[in-house]
Amino acid sequence: MAQMNMIQALNSAMDIMLGRDPNVVILGEDVGYFGGVFRVTDGLQRKYGEHRVLDTPIAEGGIVAAAIGMGVNGLRPVAEVQFADYIYPAYDQIVSELARLRYRSAGDFFAPVTIRTPCGGGIRGGQTHSQSPEGIFAHVSGLKVVMPSNPYDAKGLLIAAIEDDDPVVFFEPKRIYNGPFDGDPNKPAVPWSTHPKGEVPEGHYTVPIGKAEVVREGGDVSIVTYGTMVHVCEAAARSLGLDAEVIDVRSMVPLDVETLVNSVKKTGRCVVVHEATRFGGFGGELSATLQEECFWHLEAPILRVAGWDTPYPHAFEWEYFPGQKRVARALTAVMEAR
Amino acid sequence: MRRSRLHTPKPHARPGETPDFSYLELSPAGVAPRPDINVRVRDINGLAYELIRVLDDEHRAVGPWNPHLDPSELQVGLRHMMLTRAFDDRMQRMQRSGKISFYMRSLGEEAVAVAQCMALRPTDMLFPAYRQQGLYVVRGRPLVDLMCQLLSNTRDMCKGRQLPVMYHWREGNIFSISGNLTTQFPQAVGWAMAAAIKGQDDIAASWIGEGSSAEADFHHAMLFASVYRAPVILNVVNNQWAISTFQGFAGGEHRSFAARGPGFGMAGLRVDGNDFLAVYAATQWAAERARMGAGATIMELVTYRAAAHSTSDDPSRYRPKDDYDRWPLGDPVERLKNHLIAIGEWSEDRHAALAAELDEHVTQSWRQAVTYGTLTEPPRLDPHLMFADVFKHMPEHLKKQEAQLHAELAGE
Ligand SMILES: Cc1ncc(C[n+]2csc(CCOP(=O)(O)OP(=O)(O)O)c2C)c(N)n1
Repeated sequence: MAQMNMIQALNSAMDIMLGRDPNVVILGEDVGYFGGVFRVTDGLQRKYGEHRVLDTPIAEGGIVAAAIGMGVNGLRPVAEVQFADYIYPAYDQIVSELARLRYRSAGDFFAPVTIRTPCGGGIRGGQTHSQSPEGIFAHVSGLKVVMPSNPYDAKGLLIAAIEDDDPVVFFEPKRIYNGPFDGDPNKPAVPWSTHPKGEVPEGHYTVPIGKAEVVREGGDVSIVTYGTMVHVCEAAARSLGLDAEVIDVRSMVPLDVETLVNSVKKTGRCVVVHEATRFGGFGGELSATLQEECFWHLEAPILRVAGWDTPYPHAFEWEYFPGQKRVARALTAVMEAR
Repeated sequence: MRRSRLHTPKPHARPGETPDFSYLELSPAGVAPRPDINVRVRDINGLAYELIRVLDDEHRAVGPWNPHLDPSELQVGLRHMMLTRAFDDRMQRMQRSGKISFYMRSLGEEAVAVAQCMALRPTDMLFPAYRQQGLYVVRGRPLVDLMCQLLSNTRDMCKGRQLPVMYHWREGNIFSISGNLTTQFPQAVGWAMAAAIKGQDDIAASWIGEGSSAEADFHHAMLFASVYRAPVILNVVNNQWAISTFQGFAGGEHRSFAARGPGFGMAGLRVDGNDFLAVYAATQWAAERARMGAGATIMELVTYRAAAHSTSDDPSRYRPKDDYDRWPLGDPVERLKNHLIAIGEWSEDRHAALAAELDEHVTQSWRQAVTYGTLTEPPRLDPHLMFADVFKHMPEHLKKQEAQLHAELAGE
């Protein structure tokens, strides 16, 4: 075991896969010589060479399209999109091509592409460095969509994604690259070494795609969330002294309905939380599924907490971000409902 | 180990290596011919490879591209470039001291925005990227206004919604800057098509870095501009680097960026971007050509990004520390200054006095700007502004969320 932050854990996952499988290649803007603007691919080009770790032109559509072609010809590409906010030029390639290739060719062609992309706010990045677009990818049939909330899961899920024959869109909440974040920007930053999930095996292991995790057991209420918000929700529940069950969804597609349903049936109350905008967001899918499966066990309506339905504003970051206060208000409302 | 036959572009030098700009094809000043405004594209393919230059090594203005500007106009150009630089310099330091969250300098490429804007009409519509702050200086937007945007304060033109440097100015005919690269390039073409449809005399101009020319939107812009002969100038600022990636990764290894023009049936000019006179003259040519309906021009401005990509970047990780010192096209401010001195219209003393005056102007502007608030000190923008302008009229779900925020902030 070693202490790793999320950047090191992701780097280790790619290092291991480049070492194990000569077909694994990495490509993206600034990922090669420089090691990526967040340094997630640091040192990999030096170790594996320019033909395994490729700097690319600034063309997200080209990056994903080339990754598809490489995948069809037997490689296992890991493409980086520098910020999730810049994934849209690749949207057509992802939605119309990558997601549907296996289906339209009746399984004769497929492209085992992993698309890594940093997402989420809390870094004063304004509207083009803060978005959480996971919901619009989860909505597309044929894509697996994951988002880890800690270094251990980040490494295990990334290895699983690279080994997966289906395309995976891998969202990395950049606010927690260096440490868990409970939503309070005025507190000093906390490193991953203070968190049990900062302990990461040095070798190969996987965290299966499609499995949620109960990160805190409790009986009062279920909080269903993922990414940075896992830490915010834990803190919000603590601040209220609630015995909350906190579930990290980890994998949006496929979704581990069973773990979620078991929890909500047990507690009878549920709040769904994500950083992304609310309207048409992935929280709607979670809430609807839980309502269908758990209706007769519910003691209160399921509430959603999310970012407001506006573009991500630079100056009002902390009024926008669904912090502990917004989560606590929803928890209180769900607890008070009779 | 497998043997890969893949070609991967190599920059001329990485940290610890000696800069070598021999890859850069240079023509002597005064050599490139200046064709008629309405020349056929096939007759000027050469201009996409040659380098249009006016200022020679003795600081003289030579050749057919000399725009023969009045010395007083050259002095205005020098002033604009120096003010742009003084502003950049101070804002960089303000970011370092935590007053603003982010900044991007145009150090070393000030002639691009300044000379081009001076060669255009005030009614021409500009679609810049994030490194053309010189456009605002030339069109006379008070620095205080730019600083207020950087501070996201109560006078911020973007009402706190945009990252620093993403300005806009409707009255000044400068379009809103997007953080997403190249998106504004084909939009400028659309604006120009509308100008043609409406019978307007105005043209559009847009700017991207050479790295951004890789995006598909670049090709959309080129195609629509050439198909409809839109009155537009499409500028590619080749400052050699796109963050850590050198221009070879955008296709610059094999041919110039200006040479994309002839491929689309569009005029392509390759211009010394640090030569104020050459940039001015080439822009004047392209603007006249566009205005008379003879078609769009793609202009490659060969320059060097002397500063870091942004305040989040550290270029010593990917290029030699002394790269800029060896850059063969020099510094645009120094070159225009030396020319003015050579023709007896400037002196070191006047230069120093102007630098001090501009510095003081920046200082005074900053003093005023911070009285309207900073990111951390009051007065603050009203957070409820976050919900305005998502739509023209606020729909119910946003009204509800606004009320929720109100309750959250009131601690109810
Ligand atoms: C669509 C998109 N992809 C990636 C980025 C991240 N990014 C911002 S600036 C930049 C480099 C641009 O280089 P260039 O176009 O050469 O302009 P320069 O910064 O050199 O002026 C990159 C990759 C972005 N802003 N938008």
